[in-house]
Amino acid sequence: MASGRTILTDGAWGTELQALGLGPDELPDLWNLSHPERVEQVARAYVEAGSEIILTNTFRANRLAAAGRASEAELAEVNRAGVAISRRAAAGRARVFASIGPSGKLLMEGAITADDLRAAFAEQAEVLAAAGADGLVIETMSDLTEASIAVAAAKATGLPVVACMVFDSGKNRDRTMMGVTPEQAAAALAEAGADVIGANCGNGIAGYVPVCARLRAATHLPVWIKPNAGLPELEGGRVVYRTAPEEFARWVPDLVRAGANYIGGCCGTTPAFIRAVRAALEEACA
Amino acid sequence: MADLNKLYQAILTGDQKTAVAVTEEALAEKIDPQVLINQAMIPAMNEAGAKFECEEYFVPELLLAARAMKASLALLRPLLAERGAEPVGRVVIGTVKGDLHDIGKNLVASMLEGGGFEVHDLGADVPAEKFVAAVREKNPHLVCMSALLTVTMPAMRTTIQALKEAGVRDQVKVMVGGAPVTPDYAREIGADGYADNASSAVKKARELLAA
Repeated sequence: MASGRTILTDGAWGTELQALGLGPDELPDLWNLSHPERVEQVARAYVEAGSEIILTNTFRANRLAAAGRASEAELAEVNRAGVAISRRAAAGRARVFASIGPSGKLLMEGAITADDLRAAFAEQAEVLAAAGADGLVIETMSDLTEASIAVAAAKATGLPVVACMVFDSGKNRDRTMMGVTPEQAAAALAEAGADVIGANCGNGIAGYVPVCARLRAATHLPVWIKPNAGLPELEGGRVVYRTAPEEFARWVPDLVRAGANYIGGCCGTTPAFIRAVRAALEEACA
Repeated sequence: MADLNKLYQAILTGDQKTAVAVTEEALAEKIDPQVLINQAMIPAMNEAGAKFECEEYFVPELLLAARAMKASLALLRPLLAERGAEPVGRVVIGTVKGDLHDIGKNLVASMLEGGGFEVHDLGADVPAEKFVAAVREKNPHLVCMSALLTVTMPAMRTTIQALKEAGVRDQVKVMVGGAPVTPDYAREIGADGYADNASSAVKKARELLAA
């Protein structure tokens, strides 16, 4: 999946859906059924901004993460609809990689088992694959065992698998919440069968330049980087992200030099960020 | 003779088996449980917390230490109950309404239990009424609220408001935390305390109850 040039992915979905009226206590994924036109609006905005790969609004649509919010049958519908919406928005102009997020539970706390994780991720991955996704993205992971289980479940569908973790902890903000280093992630995720490895969310884009370089040095696989627009703050009851699109895009040449093969954004990034990243990539290649 | 330093090390390194073995040995030798707690167990948890705060320890190491501590405490509890020893404090804890994230909250609950608190965990997505009911029922000293999402933080304010309206706000201290929460925000919504992480939450809880 590696090619000579950097491929532009998409920006955030959750924060975009909130801007379109998604309530704080709503499960964003359920909008695939209740408000498909608004979800498609977000997807289409990314395609129009130049995203070559867009994801799907299915981050929490597995039975562990969505526990109590939707039945298993409903979740299958949510996942199918998620792929269909992104596919319609892409209209042949972008590939659709379906999003799978973490369970939200810690394996080592003992409330769930490895088998529970395996079953939940396999179930979601199979539905997404059958619905016609071009690839699967395991994202926002902190625990290497959980991430590896998810990768293996995704890999079993035969689709290409991207696996990325959140490096936001430790003195240098180069570990996951569970203490995983980029080198450990690179080794274990490749071992589990990932075709692309990377980092998403985090503490903003600047901190992901050295993380990207370390992933690059630790693997021959392509590297996927989707930082957030800094940490959110509350301002007069409204959520704001301090990083502006141009400021975000300023780091793109550094990320390319550090070895990123895929670049996009996470929480707080918008189509304006993707347009700015595209401009930066075009400039870097010119 | 039971080795207090061995107990300290076992808890610090999350070695539950050794922690339990040393505790059993100490009990057989009729060592005062309070000595075990004060001279080995609490100092070990404090050190684990310090390592977590300076980011030498991560969530797994902290959870393992808390687990070893809880296993040892479980052996001591019958003895402590026999002599009518009260827990350090009673805590009601939950993630606020609209927020399903419970990893951070669970970690704080574990650390508080490890610190000798009696913890009543209400789970995640807890409506204000449920906090109010738990305060009436459990008569806690402390109410702890967690939110991971910026958009669910306002539910902390709503919950404090509900405690006031129910007339129970003054009988408890309220502590808040979670990734997007700041000390300023805690003050603004009228909480009594804020903690930045699971380890400082234990310190802050002790501080609030001493006040």
